[in-house]
Amino acid sequence: MKKTLFDKVWDKHVVQQIDQGPDVLFIDRHMVHEVTSPVAFLGLKNRNIKVIYPERTFATADHNTPTINQHLPVQDPLSAKQLDALEKNATEHGISYWGLGHEKNGIVHVVGPEYGITVPGATIVCGDSHTSTHGAFGAIAFGIGTSEVEMVLSTQCILQPKPKKMRITINGELDKGVTPKDVALFIISQLTTSGATGHFVEYAGDVFKNMSMEGRMTVCNLSIEMGARGGMIAPDEKTFHYIKDREFTPKGAAWDKAMDYWQELYTDEDATFDKEFFFDGAEIEPMITFGTNPGMGMGISKSIPTADAIEGGAATYKKSLDYMGYNEGESMIGKDIDFVFIGSCTNGRIEDFRAFTEIVKGRKKADNVTAWLVPGSHKVEKAIKDEGLLDILQASGFELREPGCSACLAMNDDKVPQGKYAVSTSNRNFEGRQGPGSRTLLASPIMAAAAAVTGKVTDPRTLINS
Amino acid sequence: MAYDKFDTLNSTAVPLPIENVDTDQIIPARFLKATERVGFGDNLFRDWRYNSDDSPKEDFVLNNATYSGKILVGGKNFGSGSSREHAAWAIYDYGFRCVVSSFFADIFRNNCLNIGVLPVQVSPEFLQQIFAAIEADPNSTFTVDLAQQKISIDSTSASEAFDINPYKKDNMTNGFDDIDYLLNIKKEIKNFAQDTPL
Ligand code: SF4
Repeated sequence: MKKTLFDKVWDKHVVQQIDQGPDVLFIDRHMVHEVTSPVAFLGLKNRNIKVIYPERTFATADHNTPTINQHLPVQDPLSAKQLDALEKNATEHGISYWGLGHEKNGIVHVVGPEYGITVPGATIVCGDSHTSTHGAFGAIAFGIGTSEVEMVLSTQCILQPKPKKMRITINGELDKGVTPKDVALFIISQLTTSGATGHFVEYAGDVFKNMSMEGRMTVCNLSIEMGARGGMIAPDEKTFHYIKDREFTPKGAAWDKAMDYWQELYTDEDATFDKEFFFDGAEIEPMITFGTNPGMGMGISKSIPTADAIEGGAATYKKSLDYMGYNEGESMIGKDIDFVFIGSCTNGRIEDFRAFTEIVKGRKKADNVTAWLVPGSHKVEKAIKDEGLLDILQASGFELREPGCSACLAMNDDKVPQGKYAVSTSNRNFEGRQGPGSRTLLASPIMAAAAAVTGKVTDPRTLINS
Repeated sequence: MAYDKFDTLNSTAVPLPIENVDTDQIIPARFLKATERVGFGDNLFRDWRYNSDDSPKEDFVLNNATYSGKILVGGKNFGSGSSREHAAWAIYDYGFRCVVSSFFADIFRNNCLNIGVLPVQVSPEFLQQIFAAIEADPNSTFTVDLAQQKISIDSTSASEAFDINPYKKDNMTNGFDDIDYLLNIKKEIKNFAQDTPL
């Protein structure tokens, strides 16, 4: 039978099919962080069982961590308690633990690929919805709830009905200034935040083939924002090159054995999908969001759609625009902003900082802007310094913080105040996501850079040094 | 985590006719700091429910004594956003056992089923009928019959069938969770693990 990439990986991991029920799916790699795991470990304790395969489980602290003075004790007592719990649980169960200050510490979805925990053809889960990031390597990766974290810790399996399959094909050339983030925001704006619910998405076509691994991660990361369980891209030479010789990737004979499996990971010709979409890469512009979900995005040269152009829910749409302080028909260009955030598992990798630096180079940070530059991991932080980006950033008036999720979900002190606007490279612009009453405009690193140096929403193409 | 068995629920309902209610609204991230599963109900819909000085917002439905019950009725695409199971815990902990909408986000639906909250997906038309019944009389009651997979508006006798995976239905009916099932097949899992390529 003709199989899709998704089928091949899924079928390889089915331990048992429950009659009229979900599949028992074996999980190769499980990533754990401090926020969604304490109750799961508590569950293990109550059942008096141990983590079944500690060597398949990896813990890092990221959601709740401060991004300055990480060498000092964590101030917030509740955060400190969660971090302590993670350390204690990891030690007790013999799990690799990369806590605050550890050289491998960083956001789960950034460190996973950096250390080769993420490999093609694997099943990867984590109690964070953006686990979809790892799909960039041709893995089935998805976010799970705490009960499921407990399931995987105790049995390395999860019960899941097989999702439906969707393919999104984009061919053609991307224009100058159009980044992987724009491609993803464009897709979500077309499909809406529920357009892919119930589906696992495969991204195909030149646009993704030509993308760097970092870019593919950004795209797969955002799959969840259109409701998909996850997204994936078939592994190719670029993928194999990226993972080779990383700490946790197979070596020697194990590599060759894995390669035999990985070489088969592509969608067979004539395999079928439940849904297919096709877009033209040349039609995508640098994107920005104007509302309170990631589907409310548009090309920077467009104007905010009118409610009657929105399918259903005019009242919800109006409420959203009211929250943002915007009106139908307005242009976003020139809108005031207060904060710029570059970071998160969406755009907190080295390539994102290179792109950001390229724009701000030789310019100055606008006085009205507070900028948070938060690398996704220590490895990214080190690269920023080693490559000389930090010097350029500092000369332009920017400072670098320490790694963590930071203003992506504002569980730590990096909160955008009530009513203030932030151009953010993260993944969610929900009401209050970046702090109670905060207003978020999602965009690419270069759109964020353009905002940071001009102090307002600016088309980044006008600042690209040709 | 064990939860109460679910068979038939007869209750009034709380209406929340808003679309795309995301998990950050159900429970904002700053309330995810607990290391135990207690007290989440207090922060359900925190920022819609309370002002920044913790005084209740009068116009939010949970602060309106007219509406109460074990059923929460939401607009389309309920529960989108993060994987935080805390959202489902908050709903359960507040006292809801059932959420009705015309469309649910996947992870949220799964999380609900795992912890004993029944997600009931109905047609957009039926959802409107439910909202209309509550608007006509806030004391309108609804019956959710899991065995029959049916939800009814008691005042009009209108009803609609809903889907649920038979395995999950069995779990809900008996108050079992998935871990019980998986622990029972641990031997098979260990055998399987020996042959995996990764
Ligand atoms: S950066 Fe944001 S989306 Fe990514 S893992 Fe952290 S909280 Fe989740």
